[in-house]
Amino acid sequence: MSVVAVLERLGFTVECPAGQTCCGQPAFNGGYLDEARALGRHTLDLLSATDDPIVIPSGSCGDMVIHQYEAIFRDDPVYLEKARAIHTRAYEFTQFLVHVAGVSDVGAVFPRKVAYHACCHGLRGLGAKDEPEALLAGVARAERCPLAEADVCCGFGGLFSVKMPDISSAMLGRKLDTIQESGAETIVVTDVSCGMHMAGGLRRRGSRVDVVHIADVLASRVGTT
Amino acid sequence: MNVELKPFDQRTAEALADDQLRTTLRTVTTAILGFRKAGLGRLDDSDAWRDHARRLRAHTLSRLDTYLDQFVSNVEARGGHAYYAATAADAVRYVRDLATSKGVKVAVKSKSMVTEEIELNHHLESAGVKVVETDLGEYIVQLAHDRPSHIVMPIIHMNRQQVADLFRAKINATDADLVDIPAMTQLARRVLREEFVNADMGISGVNFAVAETGSITTCTNEGNGRLCTTMPRIHVAMMGIERIVPTVQDLSVMLQVLARSATGQNLTVYTNVVTGPRPRDGDGAEGDGPDEFHVVMVDNGRSRVLGSELAEILYCIRCGACLNTCPVFHQIGGHAYGGVYPGPVGAVLTPAFEGLDAFHELPQASSLCGACKDVCPVRIDIPRMLLKLRADSVDAGKSPWWITYGMRTLGWVGVRPRLFRWAGGLAARATRAMATDGWIRKMPGHLSAWTKSRDFPAMAEVSFQEQWKKKPSSHRKREETRFPGERP
Repeated sequence: MSVVAVLERLGFTVECPAGQTCCGQPAFNGGYLDEARALGRHTLDLLSATDDPIVIPSGSCGDMVIHQYEAIFRDDPVYLEKARAIHTRAYEFTQFLVHVAGVSDVGAVFPRKVAYHACCHGLRGLGAKDEPEALLAGVARAERCPLAEADVCCGFGGLFSVKMPDISSAMLGRKLDTIQESGAETIVVTDVSCGMHMAGGLRRRGSRVDVVHIADVLASRVGTT
Repeated sequence: MNVELKPFDQRTAEALADDQLRTTLRTVTTAILGFRKAGLGRLDDSDAWRDHARRLRAHTLSRLDTYLDQFVSNVEARGGHAYYAATAADAVRYVRDLATSKGVKVAVKSKSMVTEEIELNHHLESAGVKVVETDLGEYIVQLAHDRPSHIVMPIIHMNRQQVADLFRAKINATDADLVDIPAMTQLARRVLREEFVNADMGISGVNFAVAETGSITTCTNEGNGRLCTTMPRIHVAMMGIERIVPTVQDLSVMLQVLARSATGQNLTVYTNVVTGPRPRDGDGAEGDGPDEFHVVMVDNGRSRVLGSELAEILYCIRCGACLNTCPVFHQIGGHAYGGVYPGPVGAVLTPAFEGLDAFHELPQASSLCGACKDVCPVRIDIPRMLLKLRADSVDAGKSPWWITYGMRTLGWVGVRPRLFRWAGGLAARATRAMATDGWIRKMPGHLSAWTKSRDFPAMAEVSFQEQWKKKPSSHRKREETRFPGERP
């Protein structure tokens, strides 16, 4: 709901088309293209019934909707057309704020020591590099802590962490080390799934560092999330 | 080779248990990536160079047959011999027959990945030829009966003490020889000099082969490549058929990005261009080099890959940057990949060459973070090809049944929104029942390995969609409607 709160605060009217389920990214990621296409058709049909910009508060889902639909529907002219049309008006949340809404200061107050972890699909899939940084720079009373290797993967990777839990754990361990060395109280992410992964690891280590989605920071007015 | 290969899980488990390996990998790759960044930074607009290099690779591979023909004509015009080897066995047979027919006793080798691929050393030794690796890292690999674990830094998995122990055991090193790394290098150098003098045949790799001149290029930092290609009476250059560049000018483009991406150097210390054997009349200005020059162009599956959706992997110029940046490689090292080519590029190349049967785990061993694509000098879309191989694995029935079951369920339930919401509610209740303070310490079944190192979150009590339905303002279409695509 923080995404909605931020958008409404900026004067946007938010619609959430009923019937949304899953964009199909996990199936695509696992090589289950038939299932990914079924979920893709469902999602494209829903989104095609709207006219305005589409905001996706996740780099992974965003990359799926914005880029990968065109790949999986390359032999399906009807849905390829829909995918291309959606591509032109779908945005990852931070990119929407900076490039469409044209803001970097949304009036948020967040009095914590924060570090930013750049989630892979937002960063390298969608090129969301400067936008989250700019938005965080606009947050009052947030003390930025540099995070070493901030753009190195936390090891989640969806099904990867289930199929190869030990390799994934080792990657997570390295990420948690850098988080704990950063001195931050809160890690900010643009993808809840990566955030969930790091938060689960921090909790197991007994750390008090929490992980929040950037929308929670941007929606914050009094420093609580 | 594959017969003795340990299972993937065992290979990775051994690497994950080796803290020294992981520390070394992280230290070395961090340093190298820093050099890479600085090296590319010294180019004016390195992105444009990379784009150009990519276009060159795409262009060349789209007309590979033409350029190979041109290359062969020019090699032969210079008095060299060029042989197209369709298979590894053909390549091995050509070199072995050449060595036997010319009475070769000792062959010195500079670094070549394609000879690893065809296991040339093993086959030559079986034929009674002594083969000596002369790249320092490869020499150490050979002494240890080991395999390279990195494309550019073959012994990245070993530390100095391990090398010292090896030198003591294998080449009678004294304490004085092992006092520091320069002393150890001097020892290897002394031993290898003897081999260079005695060698009848020099075997080199090929970084690039120039179609318009019939030249081959080797990029090395130790000078051993230059000795291998000039001192022995026969030089055999081994190349994958995809190593071609059309012109000398194109070569200069590739050289601009290769060393910078690999080690951060502007150029390797020895960037060697060899064009044919020593001229026979002896009155030319270039009266040096070997008596005979042979180029073996190894296909060994490359033509097949060229015609597939994995063709882009043949753009690779073997810089190793994707290994250096890969967070999975940092944890498991090169040997865990099991093939000749480790890291992200190997996770595509090995299944592409050898099939998914023995290597179906490789495309799965990636979080698809995209760091490899980001650093690739020719911008190879490795994640796209890993996804293609994952889809092939699913088609071949190599995905675990419980994941297949889960994904089929997701695909079925996900197009039925009411059922999806109901299932979500069920999952939320189940996870909350297992959780303490919102977190689950031990998940059941196939998720239990996940919770060995991290807690799993319980799902929210009230889903976003429920909150949204109750929300008073902002949205108008609150009523439940049939939406396009929903089946009744």
